[in-house]
Amino acid sequence: MLKKRIIPCLDIKDGRVVKGVNFVELRDAGDPVESAKEYNDLGADELVFLDITATKEKRKTLAKLVEKVAAQVFIPLTVGGGIRTVEDMQFILRAGADKVSINSAAVKNPDLVREGALKFGSQCIVGAVDAAKRDSGAGWEIFVHGGSKETGIDLIEWVKELEKLGAGEILLTSINSDGTKDGFDLEMLKAVTDAVNIPVIASGGAGSIQHFIDVFKKTGADAALAASIFHFGEIAIRDVKSELVKAEIPVRIEKRK
Amino acid sequence: MIAIIDYGAGNLKSIQKALEFVGEETVILEEGKNADLDKYAGLVLPGVGAFPGAMKRLKENNFVDFIEKFVVTGRPFLGVCLGMQLLFEWGFEDQKTAGLSLLKGNVIKMETDYKIPHMGWNQLEIIKNDPLFNGLPENPHFYFVHSYQLAEVTDEVLATVGYGTTVPAVIKKDNVIAFQFHPEKSGDNGIKLLENFRELL
Repeated sequence: MLKKRIIPCLDIKDGRVVKGVNFVELRDAGDPVESAKEYNDLGADELVFLDITATKEKRKTLAKLVEKVAAQVFIPLTVGGGIRTVEDMQFILRAGADKVSINSAAVKNPDLVREGALKFGSQCIVGAVDAAKRDSGAGWEIFVHGGSKETGIDLIEWVKELEKLGAGEILLTSINSDGTKDGFDLEMLKAVTDAVNIPVIASGGAGSIQHFIDVFKKTGADAALAASIFHFGEIAIRDVKSELVKAEIPVRIEKRK
Repeated sequence: MIAIIDYGAGNLKSIQKALEFVGEETVILEEGKNADLDKYAGLVLPGVGAFPGAMKRLKENNFVDFIEKFVVTGRPFLGVCLGMQLLFEWGFEDQKTAGLSLLKGNVIKMETDYKIPHMGWNQLEIIKNDPLFNGLPENPHFYFVHSYQLAEVTDEVLATVGYGTTVPAVIKKDNVIAFQFHPEKSGDNGIKLLENFRELL
């Protein structure tokens, strides 16, 4: 049986790991290569790097960073941030990333997802989506540009579209929950995991081990992502996993002979 | 030195870095025609993407003959993921396509009630013990990403995983070895397995 994945996310700014609350107030949280190595040793199932300041000039810096991490860390690596063209994807994948995540660029140009999936395979394309509850309370709307710009596009329509275009996975961040440590947005996640047949990574709101148990018990999420609670050592991945096992949620823990 | 075949099928860097991490020198081969196979103690066929296009590019870059000649030397040859699937007789991805026929069986779309692709960490059931598994935990986890699989558990299959269906995961016939999962993405277990592969050189 496939295991539920625990994924630390490293937000990268100018080559450093940072973490903000509700997409602002960035705090420095360390060297990405060292963080990646440590997470690998601690039992992270996968890593996500999001370059939150990615620009064309900085693309090379990011690729170098990916290359360094990929030489030392042998678990799946997803890289996102400012990927706008198939060439951008190729550049990052060639540097050693296993998947690229596309967010605003997919909204602006949905064909990018299709072209990426055709060229590199769906498994390489992660559709990253930032969404928030509509003011009216009826459903959710997606936001672009780091969660700052509303689009009017319905979340459920969009994730279905991403699946159709060939995205292999959805990385869903709840803007309402992100940084709050009040728990994952279970209602939103349930709606999305019910709507698509591709794996969904839950993001935004993890603050305790119980939140991880809840997200796997109450939604169809395949993976849970968190940043600050792991970076600042508030919760150890190992403890999350051993509690998940007790709650009968399948996770990757090796049984030594 | 291990040669890694580059036929434009995605990420070679990870497998290359992982082999280097276990202490092996590597070289990337982009063309099979004038490649001197005596220089290489082992050969790796990696790859992600689709079966028909991959076979086409292997042919275009003169790798089919090269691989056949290499296998005859008895030196270890490893196929990983799509590179594993290409070792079988027929692939049924998009259209029926002849594979390299180094191993028995056909590659078909996975039939399961679970999500496809089969993507993530899954645990091996070892059905035939082999030195390849030395030093690994019981039912070790490996990282999988695929939508097609070897159709049957042939007598060459050493290990399988369950995913609502039985998926052959490690196949070995003499010096031809095939992993459906990505050892280069499977953390410590993957590194151990590649060390064990290196022992065969």
